[in-house]
Amino acid sequence: MTDPIQPPPKKNPLNRSWVSTIPPAARSRAALGLTAAAAEGRFMLQVCADCGATQYPPRDACHKCLSIDLPWQDIIPTGELLAETTIRATTDIYFRDRLPWRAGTVRLDAGPPMICHIHGDVKPYARVRLINRLDRSGQGVILALPEKDTPNMADDPHLRAISSDPSHRRVLIVDGRNPNTPDFAKALKDAGAAMILIGLSEDWLPFQGRKALEDVGAQIIPLDVTDTKSLQRLAGEFGGKIDILINNARYIRPGGVIDRTDTNLAARELEVNALGLMRLAQALGPAMCSRTADGTNSAVAWVNILSAWALANEPSFGSFAASQAAALSLSQSLRAEFRASGLRLMNVFVGPTDDEWHQPLPPPKVTPAAIARDVVRGLHGGFEDVFCGDVAKDLNERFRRNPKVLEREMTGGGV
Amino acid sequence: MSRARQSYQGVALVAPTSIPYQRYSIDTAHFWIARALKGSLDAAGIAPADLDGFSAASFSLFPDTVVGLTQHLGLSPRWLDQIPMGGASGVVALRRAARAVQAGDADVVACVAGDTNHIDSFRQLLSSFSRFSQDAAYPYGFGGPNAVFGILTDHYMQTYGATREDFGRICVAQRTNALKNPGAVMTKPLSMDQYLAGRPISDPITLFDCVMPCAGSEAFLVMTVKEAEKRQLPYATVRGAIERHNAHADDPIQLRGGWTLDIDELWQMSGYSPIDMDLVQTYDDYPVISMMQIEDLGFCKKGHAGEFLCGKDMTVSGDFPHNTSGGQLSGGQAGAAGGFIGLVEAIRQVTGQAGPTQVKGAKRAVISGFGMVNYDRGVCTAATVIEGGGA
Ligand SMILES: [Zn+2]
Repeated sequence: MTDPIQPPPKKNPLNRSWVSTIPPAARSRAALGLTAAAAEGRFMLQVCADCGATQYPPRDACHKCLSIDLPWQDIIPTGELLAETTIRATTDIYFRDRLPWRAGTVRLDAGPPMICHIHGDVKPYARVRLINRLDRSGQGVILALPEKDTPNMADDPHLRAISSDPSHRRVLIVDGRNPNTPDFAKALKDAGAAMILIGLSEDWLPFQGRKALEDVGAQIIPLDVTDTKSLQRLAGEFGGKIDILINNARYIRPGGVIDRTDTNLAARELEVNALGLMRLAQALGPAMCSRTADGTNSAVAWVNILSAWALANEPSFGSFAASQAAALSLSQSLRAEFRASGLRLMNVFVGPTDDEWHQPLPPPKVTPAAIARDVVRGLHGGFEDVFCGDVAKDLNERFRRNPKVLEREMTGGGV
Repeated sequence: MSRARQSYQGVALVAPTSIPYQRYSIDTAHFWIARALKGSLDAAGIAPADLDGFSAASFSLFPDTVVGLTQHLGLSPRWLDQIPMGGASGVVALRRAARAVQAGDADVVACVAGDTNHIDSFRQLLSSFSRFSQDAAYPYGFGGPNAVFGILTDHYMQTYGATREDFGRICVAQRTNALKNPGAVMTKPLSMDQYLAGRPISDPITLFDCVMPCAGSEAFLVMTVKEAEKRQLPYATVRGAIERHNAHADDPIQLRGGWTLDIDELWQMSGYSPIDMDLVQTYDDYPVISMMQIEDLGFCKKGHAGEFLCGKDMTVSGDFPHNTSGGQLSGGQAGAAGGFIGLVEAIRQVTGQAGPTQVKGAKRAVISGFGMVNYDRGVCTAATVIEGGGA
């Protein structure tokens, strides 16, 4: 079993922070297929469409028949650890701080051997489960886990390095008034978060949810994503203490373009949903990026809760969907800006949520508890993209298959 | 694929040159290659401008290739080659040059390998070595070749029951040989106890299983036997030579190399068998790889190298002289020159020019090459049997 991580001591502000480093990030274009699968936590490899041979490392042509048709497919992630090494010397600065490092060759039941990270609880020459996850460089890597879960296995340094595990970490949930906040606070508390901060805009207005949040031990602080000054004050006080940020600020109204008569609601949607993300990132992003190597409670993830309509516009909420698309695009820029620090940006795409605004839409709808569960699951997996609820999953599948067909379906052209 | 190979008859290997290695060098690959080339040309009495065949192997020439070297070094060959095969480059250079000389495409081919080693150049070489390494090996701890061969050594030990003492015997004997070679980087004796107490590097590999990256160069000339005799140069002849790439690709971890596919042909061509060899030069980036070659070249059964070597004395005065100049393990690894070190030393040996490391009466040698960890194993293998001229 893995030795459990102990709660970290209070930081001495006079000690120097560890400089953020990332593991080797260079990949060929073909290998980025592994990264794309890892962003959702899927274990996928190229399988030759002509002869069925499974390929690894990723290739541009089949090593059995020279076919260039090598689609990525989900692969049964089991195999056998054939041999291993413990690396005790390296010229790479990321791994040098983390030695010794266990690596080995696993023969996949589906065929090829793979060099992979080996979890500390894997016994020599044992059967293993493989997972494909993003490392701190944001690239897909394979990790071999024991066949069955072991006590405290999430505290293994290999796994901790690729997850965004909330345990022992301090979390900021941005919008206390969002109906999903109590479930988020509870789920993160249950996942072992050391401190939960909850932002509250216009905190002079009555707030019925305050007691419920304080009951789970959360600390409520003033925060308004449309107010740069409030964010600067927040950054001054809490900037160095936020390890995970969950941006659940949302402004939503029905309506598209010409069924509204002005741009006032649209401006508010963009103000909160897109520019709010930008202001938050400008205020808190740099401090989080500087603390990604800061021990057990290092800064690890930035989470945006987005509507799946960011992928394709839903005309009955056309203007809101546009603000979500803008937020998604900004999040891609932000992800690139975080890259050098290893700070993970995770977008949780949700279908219509079970609240007053989506009341006219038919089920299935996503409950706050379901979103909270997926946020924690995504943090544990260190994912970049999580699709929450059947509607979001379905929309993602259709988007991957053909975005133009999806657009036509969303605008009433499908059956 | 059943046609018989033509013999290498009439081909002579002459003017073996080794430039003493340095741990670090502020000079370039061009500098090192020039020195070895000059050594061989001077020994043969050939002016650079008169050289009509040139073959180079190097990792640190960038942005130049062998083409840049011709202008840089003032060569005007009518036959030009570059061998990107690391540890197999010596034997492969020999094979190609021999055919060019036999066919009359060149009268004399200079085969040269050399690399420099700056303070940070090993790390830089690693990080741009191959696409598969970049994609699928380096992200897993960046242990470089040590990690790959750590896995391979673990698998070999697990499969065949080899022990660390089996590896240690090879390293200790080579150190004894190196102490006789004034050009070797390692200058202190190594005992089995010291070997076993070596600092762990990438389990089960420890310090003395690893080569020291350094700067250096090696060269020899290929010409006709007639030409060698005319110039009164001691020469070796080529009895046979093989190469093979990416063999046994479906083996999950490498326990054998491409030699196994062609070794019978090599011995048949040469007219000899393993017991006829006066010395053996294997590519020794790690001792497990030497053991793999001793098996695959036919000296013993697969998996039995440890047992086989246990009863042998691998020093230059022993009954199984192996890597007589100290090899890379004690001589250092000068990049692509590591693919030449055994061959150049063997040419000296069978022509009686090895000086302090001379194996008494040595006439015949087998030399094998192993190169290029493209991902999880060495891809290139090659071997040759040579014999002292006039035998
Ligand atoms: Zn195929």
